[in-house]
Amino acid sequence: MTERSRLRLVVLQVLVLSLLLTLLGRLWFLQILTGDQYQSEATKNGVRNVVTTAVRGQILDDEGRSFVRNRTTLVVTLDRNVLERMKTAKEMGVLGALAKRLSTKKSKVTGPELLDRIQLCGEKNAKKPPICWSGSPFQPIPVAKDVAPAVALGIMERQEDFPGVAADFEAVREYPYPSKANAAHLLGYIGPASADEVSASQSTDHPLYASDQVGKAGLEAQYDDYLRGLPGVKKVAIDYGGRVTGTVSETPATPGDNLVTNIDANVQRVLEQQLLDAIARARSQYDKNTHKNYVADFASGVVLDVSTGRVVAMASVPTYDPSVWIGGATAKEYAALTSAASGQPLSFRAMSGTYPPGSTFKVVSSSAMLDHGYSAAGPYDCPSSFKVGPQTFTNYEGESGGRISLKKAIEISCDTVFYQQAFAQWIADGGLKPSKAKDLFINEALAWGVDKKTGIDLPSEARGSILTRKDRYDTWVANRAEYCYRASHGYPEVAATDPGRATTLQAYARDNCAPSGGAYQAGDAVNFIIGQGETLLSPLKMAQIYAAIANGGTLWQPQVAKAVIGPDGKLVKRFTPKAEGKLPISASTLAFLQDTLPGVTTDGTGRTPFKDFPTSLVPIASKTGTAEVLGKQTTGWFASYGPANAPKGAPKYAIVMMVTQGGTGALTSGASVNQIYRALLGVAGKSAPNPKLSILPGGVLPVGLPVVTYDGRILPPGSKAPKPPVSTIAPSGSSNPATPSSSGDGSTPAVAEPVYRPAFGGSARRSRAGPL
Amino acid sequence: MTAGYPSPVTGLGGRGRSLASRAIDRESVLRRLDWVLTIAVFALLAIGTMLVWSATKQKELDLGHDPQGFLRKHLINISLGLVLGAMTALFDYRSLRAYAPFVYIASVLGLIAVLAPGVGSTINGAHSWIQLPAGFSIQPSEFAKVALCVALPMLLAERRDAETAPRLKDVATALGVALVPITLIMLQPDLGTTIVIGVIILGVLAVASTPTRWIVGLLLLGSAGAAMAIKLGVLKDYQVNRFAAFANPDLDPQGAGYNVKQATIAIGSGRLSGTGLFKGSQTNGKFVPEQQTDFVFTVAGEELGFIGAGLIIVLLGIVLWRAMRIAVRAEDLFGTLMATGIVCWFTFQAFENIGMTLGIMPVTGVPLPLVSYGGSSMFATMMALGLLQNVHMRRAA
Repeated sequence: MTERSRLRLVVLQVLVLSLLLTLLGRLWFLQILTGDQYQSEATKNGVRNVVTTAVRGQILDDEGRSFVRNRTTLVVTLDRNVLERMKTAKEMGVLGALAKRLSTKKSKVTGPELLDRIQLCGEKNAKKPPICWSGSPFQPIPVAKDVAPAVALGIMERQEDFPGVAADFEAVREYPYPSKANAAHLLGYIGPASADEVSASQSTDHPLYASDQVGKAGLEAQYDDYLRGLPGVKKVAIDYGGRVTGTVSETPATPGDNLVTNIDANVQRVLEQQLLDAIARARSQYDKNTHKNYVADFASGVVLDVSTGRVVAMASVPTYDPSVWIGGATAKEYAALTSAASGQPLSFRAMSGTYPPGSTFKVVSSSAMLDHGYSAAGPYDCPSSFKVGPQTFTNYEGESGGRISLKKAIEISCDTVFYQQAFAQWIADGGLKPSKAKDLFINEALAWGVDKKTGIDLPSEARGSILTRKDRYDTWVANRAEYCYRASHGYPEVAATDPGRATTLQAYARDNCAPSGGAYQAGDAVNFIIGQGETLLSPLKMAQIYAAIANGGTLWQPQVAKAVIGPDGKLVKRFTPKAEGKLPISASTLAFLQDTLPGVTTDGTGRTPFKDFPTSLVPIASKTGTAEVLGKQTTGWFASYGPANAPKGAPKYAIVMMVTQGGTGALTSGASVNQIYRALLGVAGKSAPNPKLSILPGGVLPVGLPVVTYDGRILPPGSKAPKPPVSTIAPSGSSNPATPSSSGDGSTPAVAEPVYRPAFGGSARRSRAGPL
Repeated sequence: MTAGYPSPVTGLGGRGRSLASRAIDRESVLRRLDWVLTIAVFALLAIGTMLVWSATKQKELDLGHDPQGFLRKHLINISLGLVLGAMTALFDYRSLRAYAPFVYIASVLGLIAVLAPGVGSTINGAHSWIQLPAGFSIQPSEFAKVALCVALPMLLAERRDAETAPRLKDVATALGVALVPITLIMLQPDLGTTIVIGVIILGVLAVASTPTRWIVGLLLLGSAGAAMAIKLGVLKDYQVNRFAAFANPDLDPQGAGYNVKQATIAIGSGRLSGTGLFKGSQTNGKFVPEQQTDFVFTVAGEELGFIGAGLIIVLLGIVLWRAMRIAVRAEDLFGTLMATGIVCWFTFQAFENIGMTLGIMPVTGVPLPLVSYGGSSMFATMMALGLLQNVHMRRAA
């Protein structure tokens, strides 16, 4: 061998050695120095969560009756991951065949419809929610619920014809309508967690999984954390194709807690019926202003326990059947729930709608007067009309009452008495050139919190509104150009049909175009004092205010929830009454109101509907209100509480009912409110209340809580909880003896996240009968 | 047998004696074997067997096949390989000069057969296999490596006594001889094997004392050729993508970079002692493709950890050390060059194979010698080891 060969062999040796050392060094770096990071990546790589949805808690009334419970149903799901991988023709073939199977005599399903259901919301060509799928793209998408077992079995037996299709048991909400009460608005509804909800929840104690159903409205949304429970999570090792190779860990699902509400199903039912009756009553009346019967489009009612703020019943019409949400509302159903034509029945107007309060607002106005030196005795002039500049303001029916006390002014609801005070205060505040304005009535309304929320434990409560000087100015600045244009050009489009109105509007525009137009006008002040104009509040707020007058001045938070009871019967949380504020009035003023309002029912505007009521035995405090709404028929209110003479601790309720475009509160709602008091207190005819006749057991709201037994049954308050029989628990392995299907925390659906479904994929042979 | 060379059998011990006495004879084959090399080889074969089994057990089970199917075939491959290796060791390598042309021509014919329509079959984009009955297949390019490890030294070692460097004619002939299989392999296309052969040529030429400027020139020519190949689109898209993914692994973690990413995760997650054989989640989850062949090292990384994976590198190091020792101590230049070719072959394949699983080399499909599953590779490797033992046994004692 030459020297050069030998040298080159040495070079080769050095090269080989250095290459091997490179490998060892790199191996050291990967495994020893950064191994932890790769290990966690490997863990993520191979592990997926199979989420078992927890059975949601029930929503109960105060007697333990279920408003919402669960039942098991057969659901057909589509796995878009499987379907997407197919050729379009084959996919449509599968969907078409499935649609054929799912179609019944009553409802026909088509393949393209199914295709729409598995499009992700926001995807190209996707329909609007809830047609499109807003959940995780990896989750099997339910496309049919309550599938007949024979149909489901037929699909499962021919898996080769239905790739990507699975049938599973799933717990769905069920609405037993206790006492025929609907309560749809209160209950709200659930739906698949949206991507935003899932990501927002990750930092909380209860992180959501994409397969979770969450409350979207009402109590279901408000108390979602309690009701939802904790999903069971089985961590399974999967291979690159998403096939399960083993189980890493498993935590069982914890069923959700039950929510006990203050709502009483019986009272709720009565209220719902009386709202319908009030509407029927209004529609049978002729409105001489509009020359047709009242439209009575919306009605709302609230029943509060005045001493705690507990919401005993609350309802709005139009409403809807909550079972529409089971399995997700169809596009048609959803459109019906939200369209203007159907009156948007999804909207809970009792708390989300605000309306001009009309004369019911006079409790605020008269308190402002009394607490600022006005005399209760008066006397006050009650002419039939009062002129402010060019405008004439009249009493509702043009009647005059002579010289009367403030009490009488409230009883007969004499507007002109209040107009005069409003105008006088407006002048005192400087009129159109205000200086050191005291704004007596505006500030009184602000102090009462008319523009604040009640704080009810339900989402989407609307806050009320009142027109302040600043609001007036801001609006004027924003609209002045339009007013000035109208002042010179008039309203030709209105004049074509209603020349009188066009003239009025033009005069109004002229006033507003003037440099003083941004000032608080006399008309504003006059309208304000009788709850007209731009003052708006919700029926719930009205009830809270009248309940405060009844209970001595405390504005309680209206509470729907009473307690949370675990699935095992343990008390999780009890809600205690919470004061939101105090009425800003003196004791004498409060006493004046408490003394005056029963007179409305006996001698004033509230007398007619309570003629047949034993008001001498059971005095009812009330105030009617009839608010004029531009371009619409009048909105009628009946705000009340009673019995006004109830001793401390005895039942006392505030009941408010209102019907839009329904005429006077007395004639439309009064009789209905009468009926609700009778039902609550057990009043028959003209006789004294008899607790036995009350729809409440013993004539009172229950103090105790319903009892949830070890096996999931629910007993009324005061029941003795049975002890679990020892023998069934011991060795049988089933810890769930005799669970009634209604309440069951038994069978729960398993939803794999993201890809794996035992029913399909490569492992079809092994788990063919699995989900069934 | 060609006259002029002693019969390997008579040269190594004579007839008529008992097996036992022949075995302990100073001149016996067993005594003259390089035992360090042999033990390292058997250790690698044993580890490789376990890794192949682990890599395929779950996969075969999931497919409803015999979970020991690959294990059994691997053991058959090893057995056949040992027989081939023994046979290669027993013939005096000096007589190979006579056979070399036939070995070479046979391998070229094999490579041509692969390309012939209806004979070859395509796996992973390369048209490299000839399917045989009973699930076996032959990859002629593996045998081409053996053929070149014999043919090149033969051409370059034949020189007159006074000459210290090969003549231009010899080098040109050697290159010409190498160009035929290289061209055929590039047509498959099998980039990995092409580069292995290139490295063998370079190593053999270098140790054969070829002048440095020729080698540098050859290197430049090779680089230019590679650049041309990329420009002219000779390389397939997936091959270019692999290099792109190597340069930037995050480029397409689901596509070309996927293998590398999963491979590094598998190895990294093994840490010091690994998950234990058959317990790797990456391996059982089949996240790493081609795991019993090209990515077999990831099984070692995940399941045996740094201890096991490092041991494989050390054992390969021992094999290479012994091979280089044989090259240095060989009786003649032919033996030295043959051993050198094999060292270059093994070194490059080991570095490329392990390096790509560690993310420091681009992905090309070359097996890990003695460890990866694959009959042809196993046979070729064992024959090469037989040649090494052959050279070792016949050096002057």
